[in-house]
Amino acid sequence: MAENENVGQRFDRLPATPEDRVVSGRPSRQQVLEWWDERFGIPPSVFDGYSFWEKGAGKLWVFAGDAPDPIGVEALGLTALRVRQEHWKPTTDAVQRFGHHASKNVVELDDPAARTFIAGDDQQLAWDGDWGYLIVTHSTAGETEPLGVGLYLHGKLRSQIPKGRRREIE
Amino acid sequence: MVLERYRPLIEEYDAFRAACERPLPSVVRVNTLKASVDRSRRALDAGGYAHEPCEWHPELLRLESRRPGNSWPYVHGWIYGQEEVSALPALVLDPQPGERVLDACAAPGSKTTQLAALMDDAGTLVANDVNLGRLSALRSNAERCGVTNCIVTSKDARSFSLAPFDGAQFDRVLVDVPCSCEGTVRKNPTALDEWSLDRVKGTAGVQRGIVERAVQATRPGGTVVYSTCTFAPEENEAVLDHVLDTEDCRLLEFDAPLETRPGITEWNDEQFDPSVERAKRIYPHLNDTGGFFCAKLEVKS
Repeated sequence: MAENENVGQRFDRLPATPEDRVVSGRPSRQQVLEWWDERFGIPPSVFDGYSFWEKGAGKLWVFAGDAPDPIGVEALGLTALRVRQEHWKPTTDAVQRFGHHASKNVVELDDPAARTFIAGDDQQLAWDGDWGYLIVTHSTAGETEPLGVGLYLHGKLRSQIPKGRRREIE
Repeated sequence: MVLERYRPLIEEYDAFRAACERPLPSVVRVNTLKASVDRSRRALDAGGYAHEPCEWHPELLRLESRRPGNSWPYVHGWIYGQEEVSALPALVLDPQPGERVLDACAAPGSKTTQLAALMDDAGTLVANDVNLGRLSALRSNAERCGVTNCIVTSKDARSFSLAPFDGAQFDRVLVDVPCSCEGTVRKNPTALDEWSLDRVKGTAGVQRGIVERAVQATRPGGTVVYSTCTFAPEENEAVLDHVLDTEDCRLLEFDAPLETRPGITEWNDEQFDPSVERAKRIYPHLNDTGGFFCAKLEVKS
């Protein structure tokens, strides 16, 4: 396999900047940090000490610390982001882990709406912010907590909670 | 009945047998990577989940009735359903933030996620399990708990290679081996149906291979904790006796916050190294938990 292609069964560390790029289409760490900042207002400093990796085209992982590059393992930290489509999509796990640092494109749902969302159902939402992927939160035990990712389009919030994580809250 | 073979080992044998008949309460461990004990307890209260902290470890909460799989604290990854006594080996291993730690038989991840929390998600935690079918559970549990310092591998722990990690040894290794699971009989009443001495002996062979490799993969001065959820000396003291013989390591005394009994030095005419007394046996009637076995080893060179 050519050196400039993504290899599916191993993790490669993202290049620091676009200028360091070897594999075509692979985003750089700098682009990833800028994206979290621009889309959600999560400051790049939140990811100090974390490294970003790609396994499989377009699936990015975030790992605390560093590891030999490349590395052939099953998982490295947690899945953070899907790229290589027009709109990058954060994962439920990354949003639950880092979403409390977000300051924009965050929508807080009341309890009935949060239950609808976590069950995986779509719902009407009055939202006058950006369209696209939003961080969805709700208030529990007296504080706001991120739940996951919603796709807001045409007045509707589409729950992106993966099938295995959907719950009918009792 | 399989458990009859342990009559000579257990003073309060009738209490032991009676405890084995009782179902276990449902217990969750608070995932302190994502929420404090206080906040998790408030969320359980708000959902109507009555609970009490376990006396010996306040991060463990005993639930009075319903399992909280469909609750907000579960969805947020604040709590993890885990048998109470199985929280012991990670505490005995005592991993520190920044260290290199291996969980050699990790799936489905209750101890992995506990180790990550004890490390404050800092350092490197390698979670290995040879069983590919259980790997997805390990991965999803680690992700739900928000663990970012974990590397998941799927290798035979008996021949675990350090090559992917540039040969770097571990500071601490947890060896919570597959076993005959006699001690889970309260949770799973059919746990003993498939029991046979041949199976116990076969399992013990695998356990010996795993703990030997764990010692080899640990730096001099590092720690290996060996644990099972079975009472069988063949899988407990006899495995320790073997590794003391084949690898350069020794058993350490350690404190456990639960009532325990010492490891046994004699079984069916077989004598074990006297230091296996430093291991701890936990019988169900001692603390109203499942059965367990735990030993702490120091690697010499």
